[in-house]
Amino acid sequence: MFIKDFLDKLKSRLGDWNKTAEKFRGKKSKPRFFTVSSVDIDELYTPDKVQGADDSDYYWKNLGLPGEYPYTRGVHHTMYRTRLWTMRQFAGMATPKETNKRFHYLLKAGGTGLSTAFDLPTLMGYDSDHERSLGEVGKCGVAVDTLADMEIIFDGIDLGKVSTSMTINSPASMVLAMYLCVAEKQGVPFDQVRGTLQNDILKEYIAQKEFIYPPWPSIRLITDMMDYCTKNVPQWNTISISGYHIREAGSSAVQELAFTLADGFQYIESAIADGQNVDDFAPRLSFFFNAHSDFFEEIAKYRAARRIYAKRMKNKYGAKNPRSWLLRFHTQTAGCSLTAQQPENNIVRVALQAMSGVLGGTQSLHTNSMDETLALPSEKAVKIALRTQQIIAHETGVPNTADPLGGSYFVEALTDQMEAEAEKYFEEIERRGGVVACIEEGYLQREIAKASYRYQQEIEEKDRIIVGVNDYVDEDEKIEIPILKIDREVEQNQTAFVKKIRAERDNEKVQQTLARLREVAKGEGNTFEALMDCARAYVSLGEMCDVLREEWGEYVEPPSAMVAS
Amino acid sequence: MSDKIRILLAKPGLDGHDRGIKVIASAFRDAGMEVIYTGLRQTPKMIVDAAIQEDVDAVGISILSGAHMTLFPAILDELKSRDAGDIILFGGGIIPEDDKAELEKIGIAKIFTPGAPTEEAIQFIRKEVESRKTA
Repeated sequence: MFIKDFLDKLKSRLGDWNKTAEKFRGKKSKPRFFTVSSVDIDELYTPDKVQGADDSDYYWKNLGLPGEYPYTRGVHHTMYRTRLWTMRQFAGMATPKETNKRFHYLLKAGGTGLSTAFDLPTLMGYDSDHERSLGEVGKCGVAVDTLADMEIIFDGIDLGKVSTSMTINSPASMVLAMYLCVAEKQGVPFDQVRGTLQNDILKEYIAQKEFIYPPWPSIRLITDMMDYCTKNVPQWNTISISGYHIREAGSSAVQELAFTLADGFQYIESAIADGQNVDDFAPRLSFFFNAHSDFFEEIAKYRAARRIYAKRMKNKYGAKNPRSWLLRFHTQTAGCSLTAQQPENNIVRVALQAMSGVLGGTQSLHTNSMDETLALPSEKAVKIALRTQQIIAHETGVPNTADPLGGSYFVEALTDQMEAEAEKYFEEIERRGGVVACIEEGYLQREIAKASYRYQQEIEEKDRIIVGVNDYVDEDEKIEIPILKIDREVEQNQTAFVKKIRAERDNEKVQQTLARLREVAKGEGNTFEALMDCARAYVSLGEMCDVLREEWGEYVEPPSAMVAS
Repeated sequence: MSDKIRILLAKPGLDGHDRGIKVIASAFRDAGMEVIYTGLRQTPKMIVDAAIQEDVDAVGISILSGAHMTLFPAILDELKSRDAGDIILFGGGIIPEDDKAELEKIGIAKIFTPGAPTEEAIQFIRKEVESRKTA
C-alpha cells in the first residue's frame, strides 16, 4: 500500500523518534497497556504496522470498498446515509399483555424493530405450569405456552409492517411456528414477514447453556427450519449466529470472533450436507456480536469478521451470490460490563460501546439500560438507552460516512491481528475434529473459562480498573434506582391461562399433530412443517418439546466442560 | 482426613449463566479449598443430596434468573429437613438489595452481589467455617 521509499524513510525516522521516546518510557503511568481481552497495545501505530504495507494490491485484497468484497469497510455502498441501523431494543417480561404494552411503548418512542425476550421456562421448553418452572415464570422475559400467548404479545402490531427478532434457541422452531401462525391469522402472507430467529444452538453448549437436546438433532431442527424459510418465508433471517453470549461468558474478543464464525461455518456445512444450495440459504444467515468496552478492539473485530466471512464463503464454500458473502450483524452493548455500583455510569459505558458498534458498521443495535445489573429495565432506563442511539444517529455526525476509521493505522493493524488470531483458532478447532467435537470435549468452554478467570484476577489485582467497583468507589453507596419487580401473580395467571387453553382446544387435533411430529422426529420429513401444524392446533411448547425429548434425549454437560483448565 | 475446607457449588433451577460460579470455583481452589461443582439444572434435593454425600462445610448457590426468592428458601428448607442445617448456605447472582436482606434474615449466611471481589467470599468462608468449628 505504501511505496518503498516512504517506508524506508519511515523506518529511519522511527529510529530517531524511538531514541527520544525512550527518555519518557521509564515514566509509564502503569506497567501494561492492554485491551479488555488482555491484548497488549503498542504506544504508536505507523503505516508500516499494517500488513501488506508494501503490497500495492493490499487495499483491494483486504479492504475494498463498502458494499463490495471483502466487505471490510461495510456491507452497503452508502451505509447509514441510505438507512440508519435498526434501533432494536430487546424487551419482554412477565405476561404477554405486559410485553405487548412495552412493545407499543418502544415503537411509540421511536424504536424501529421489535426484539422479544422470553422467560427461562419458555427458553427451556417447559410450560408455565411445569414443576421446573416454579419461581421462574415471567422473570427474565415473557412466558409463552401456546399460540394464544403469541397472539396477545403481538396484539395491535401488524406483522407485515414490523420486523421482529426472537431470542430463543432450543425451542426456536416451535416459537417461530407460533409467530407465523399469528401472521397467518392477521392475513399477512409469509413472504411479507420479516425478522430474525436467534436459533443458534451451538453457542448454547459453548456459552449460554440453554440447550435441551444433543447437538446433531438440534442442528437438524435448524436446517429443517432453514429449508422451510428459504422456500416460504424468504425475508426471514434464519439464524442469528451469536458471539454476544460467548463474550458474556467471559471470552476474549478473538474467541468471540473465532468461535462465532466457526459455529456459522458448521451450520453452513450441515445445510449443504442436507442438500441445500448455499446461495439459497446464505443470504439469510445473520450474526450477533457484543460491543464491549475496548473501543478500538471491538471495531477491529467487526471489520475482521466481515473480511473472514466473505473470504470463506467465496473461496471455501463456493458461494457465487455476492449476498452470500455478506456478514450482516446485530450488536448489543456488553451486559457483563455494567456495574451495580453507581448505575448511572452505565449510561456512559453503553453510549461508548454503542458508538463502537456504529463505527464498526452494525446493521442493528440494542443498547442496555443502566439498571440491568439488578433487574429488567424500567421504562425510564430503557428510554435513555434508546435516546442514546438516537443521539449518536442525529447529533454526532458519525453516520455521515462509511467506515470512518478505515485507513487508521491502529484500526487496520488491529483488524489484521484479529483475523490472524481467529485463523489460528479455526485451525485448532479443525485439528480437534470440528466444533461439535470441541463442544463435547469441552475445549471451547475451557478456553472461555480461562479468559474469564484471568479477567477477574486482573480486576482483583487492580491491573484493570472498573470505575465505581475497584476504584472511585462510593463508600456506603445507596442505590436509588427504581427497580422493576415481577409479581408472583404472573406465574399464577400464566399457569391458569395455559390450563384453560388446553381444556378448550381441539384435543384430537393436538394428539394427531403430536403423533406426526414424533414420526418425523424418528425418521424423515421436515420437523418445521410438523411444528407448524402443532402450533396451529394450540399444542403447548412443553408438549412439542417433550415429544422431542422422548425421541432425542436430553443433553448433559460433560465434566470436562465445567472447569477452567 | 484433610483439613481443607470443602465447598459444594451449585446452579439451581433453569438458569444457565455459569461464568460467575466457575470463577468462584477457580478462586476457591486457588485459595486451597476443595471444590465440587455440580453443574447446571440442579433441584434443591439434588443439591442437598450432593452436599451431604460430599460432606461439605458450605454450599454456594448462584442465581441470575430472578428465581432466587423461590430457590434459596427451598434449598434452606431441604437442608434443615435433612438435618444438615449446620452446613453454611451462601450465594450470589442478580439479587436486589432488599431481597438480599430478606434472604440473609431467613438464614442464608451471606449473599454476594455483582462487584464483590472473590477475596471477600474466600475470607468470609474461612471465618464462618472457623467460627462454626469453635462454636
